[in-house]
Amino acid sequence: MDKNKLKRKIESYVFLTLSFLSAGFGLFFLFWILGDLLINGFKYINKDLFIHDPVPPGMEGGGLKHAFIGHIIITAIGTAIGTPIGILAGIYFAEYGRNSKFANFLRNIVDIMVSNPSIVIGAVVYAILVKPVGHFMGFAGGVALALLMIPVIVITTDEMMKLVPKETREAAYALGAQPWQVSFQVVLRAAKVGVLTGVILGVARISGETAPLLFTAFNNSFTTFDPTNPMASLTVTVFQYAMGPYDEWHKQAWAASFILTFAVLIASLTARYVIQRKKY
Amino acid sequence: MAENLKMEVKNLNFYYAGNKLALKNINLPIYEKKITALIGPSGCGKTTLLRCFNRMHDLYPGNRYEGEILLDGKNILGKDIDLMELRTRVGMVFQKPTPFPMSIFDNIAYGLKLLGIKNKSELQDRVEQALKEAALWEEVKDRLNVSAFSLSGGQQQRLCIARTIAVRPEVILFDEPTSALDPISTAKIEELIVELKKNHTIIIVTHNMQQAARVSDYTAFMYLGELIEFDSTDIIFTKPNKKLTEDYISGRFG
Amino acid sequence: MINNNPALKRAKTLEYVFKVILGLAGVFIGLILPLTILIVLYKEASLAIEHFGVINFLTSTDWDPVREKFGGLVPLVGTLISTFLATLIAAPISMGIAIFLVELSPNKLKPIFSTAIELLAAIPSIIYGMWGLFVVAPLFGEKVEPWLQKNLGGVPIIGKLFEGSPTGVDVLTTSLVLSIMIIPFMSSVVKDAFNMVPPIMKESAYALGATKWEVIKQVMIPLTASGIAGGLILSVGRALGETMAVTFLAGNVNQIPHSLLDPFTTITVTLANQFTEADTAVYLSSLYYLALILFFMSFIILYLSKVMLLRIEKKWKV
Repeated sequence: MDKNKLKRKIESYVFLTLSFLSAGFGLFFLFWILGDLLINGFKYINKDLFIHDPVPPGMEGGGLKHAFIGHIIITAIGTAIGTPIGILAGIYFAEYGRNSKFANFLRNIVDIMVSNPSIVIGAVVYAILVKPVGHFMGFAGGVALALLMIPVIVITTDEMMKLVPKETREAAYALGAQPWQVSFQVVLRAAKVGVLTGVILGVARISGETAPLLFTAFNNSFTTFDPTNPMASLTVTVFQYAMGPYDEWHKQAWAASFILTFAVLIASLTARYVIQRKKY
Repeated sequence: MAENLKMEVKNLNFYYAGNKLALKNINLPIYEKKITALIGPSGCGKTTLLRCFNRMHDLYPGNRYEGEILLDGKNILGKDIDLMELRTRVGMVFQKPTPFPMSIFDNIAYGLKLLGIKNKSELQDRVEQALKEAALWEEVKDRLNVSAFSLSGGQQQRLCIARTIAVRPEVILFDEPTSALDPISTAKIEELIVELKKNHTIIIVTHNMQQAARVSDYTAFMYLGELIEFDSTDIIFTKPNKKLTEDYISGRFG
Repeated sequence: MINNNPALKRAKTLEYVFKVILGLAGVFIGLILPLTILIVLYKEASLAIEHFGVINFLTSTDWDPVREKFGGLVPLVGTLISTFLATLIAAPISMGIAIFLVELSPNKLKPIFSTAIELLAAIPSIIYGMWGLFVVAPLFGEKVEPWLQKNLGGVPIIGKLFEGSPTGVDVLTTSLVLSIMIIPFMSSVVKDAFNMVPPIMKESAYALGATKWEVIKQVMIPLTASGIAGGLILSVGRALGETMAVTFLAGNVNQIPHSLLDPFTTITVTLANQFTEADTAVYLSSLYYLALILFFMSFIILYLSKVMLLRIEKKWKV
């Protein structure tokens, strides 16, 4: 084997090893983070966490009931607002706007909005909802989350509906159906599993958001069911507790982080698994 | 021949988007309650022509028709034609079975509901009738509520046929309906198509010459977007007029 | 043809209704929403824009809530530096991961590895922040940074990057954690781009005796250059807007960092920490000014990324 060939082989080996190490790098951090969450978070989970509201700062005990409930309510509001609008727009892009340059342009904008800085959305919702009303509201948090969720749902709905083969559509048209009937009664129905999982992905994503809630829902030390009040959320509470000086707070932050992360990961994994199967 | 003219193609040119000429000056009679086969090598335009009869091409922007296609004397290529209504009179069965993601019953009932038939017992009667005409009733009568996807390929295609005939179209277009099926299912469907002739005018595209010879009354041979020869099936397959036709029939190309 | 079936007529009328509703939904999200964001940001920032102008604000390092003098240079520089460093770290690693996923990993394990990397993107950013603060920062502050300072502090030029007190809450830690957060985005885009290369292109190179690395370097990467660029720019776009992780790890000090070990601040950190504290109109307006700048930067960068990615889609769709 001449020198040149040997050199090339070594070069190849070196770079491929580096690639292998990069993958290792990524996996290393993944396991490190999840491991730390597991170790530090799991041991602080107890039923008090779910049943009690927080006690005054510095004292032992208390729980995060206010944050769990608040989080669920805010996420539910966001989902309720975001899902219908997102799906309708997704149907528009998949069925009506396929051949329109303008519609394609709009769709590209929506794709860009998927990665909007979430804190900017929070600031905008503050200006539109919180400032005029005069105080923070769980509802405003829900709106901010909806605005973040909508682009994700639009894109997944569009993609899932586009996967339905054109023959199925043509068969419906051949029976004399109008475009809206074909879209809703046949195509959406065929794509419904994919669309639903897109919604789950959207929910998983907004469940982990903190920044947009900072100046919309803000925070609250008590459980409240009224969305016109400021509301606590798991994410903002983790922020507050982790930054705070109390050990007790840190423990609860770890526990909450563990629960939040694993819930989000399981939802994401399930959704992605279903979508992968649909694509093949 | 004292046959009734159900549809007539007159001087039809068809352009795909981008002004691509696909059909050149087609003139073709379609006789009522007879089976007309469109045959020819791949790319000859037979499916393109078929899809003109129910204006499927209109679903995709940029396509353009020139000339006329008459249905009972009225030009269906006109601007004032309601496409949805046209398609309730001219139905289509596709190459691949295309069951909707619904139960067997709902599949058949879909076209009926589009027409506004809501009465439960009327729906049930029509669904049963359609399934019987499609020779599928016995096999599915006990499981009308299961998903259409649970049927085999041949059964799914018969389901699609049942779905199409449920709305009682006057004309049925078949686009290579058995090309995705096994020989036994193919035979069953060919039988079915011949039965359907009693009440419907049928146009069938097929790349299988034996099928055309078995099933059709009239045959149109197409090549490179033009209609080369049209005559009764007997003549086309035994004493064709054009050499090109004869070459195709005897397998010299295609 | 006379349409005399009432159900068909009704369906036709409904078609107009649906067309309008669906069209409105599309236009609302694709056009009205981004415009609204832009207009609201601009309106809220207009007071500060009036007071400080554009060039002045972008080049001023003032940040004085008491005397109501604000300038955006410090957070802007912080944002740019942390984004740049994070991308610097993430880019080669993302490429490596993409190469691994497409060329090296056994087929059966591909989906598993792929999913594992994607999980990194699913972890909420506040978790990165918390983990970064409690695990990475102390580790860096107590072990890694002093080591770096000791061994590289004396080297000319590079040594300057390691001056200052190693607390672990600084540019280095922030950029590292940020890079982990953006890796899955870039590696996923590059992986998809690699998968679009037709096998025969690779095979013809192998047939000429090329090594695996040569095929990657000389065939796959050039063919997917737009895709790689698109993925890179996408990561930049996401890093720009990242808030929670950076808030925990940057240190929130209003200064332009001179070393990797200095604490600093970014636009997102400034917003997160000071938004609810802003007690004067000018203060709040200046914060919105920062948000407006961030929105612009992010939108333009993401738009560029989309252009690159569309180009590579077009290439393979012929």
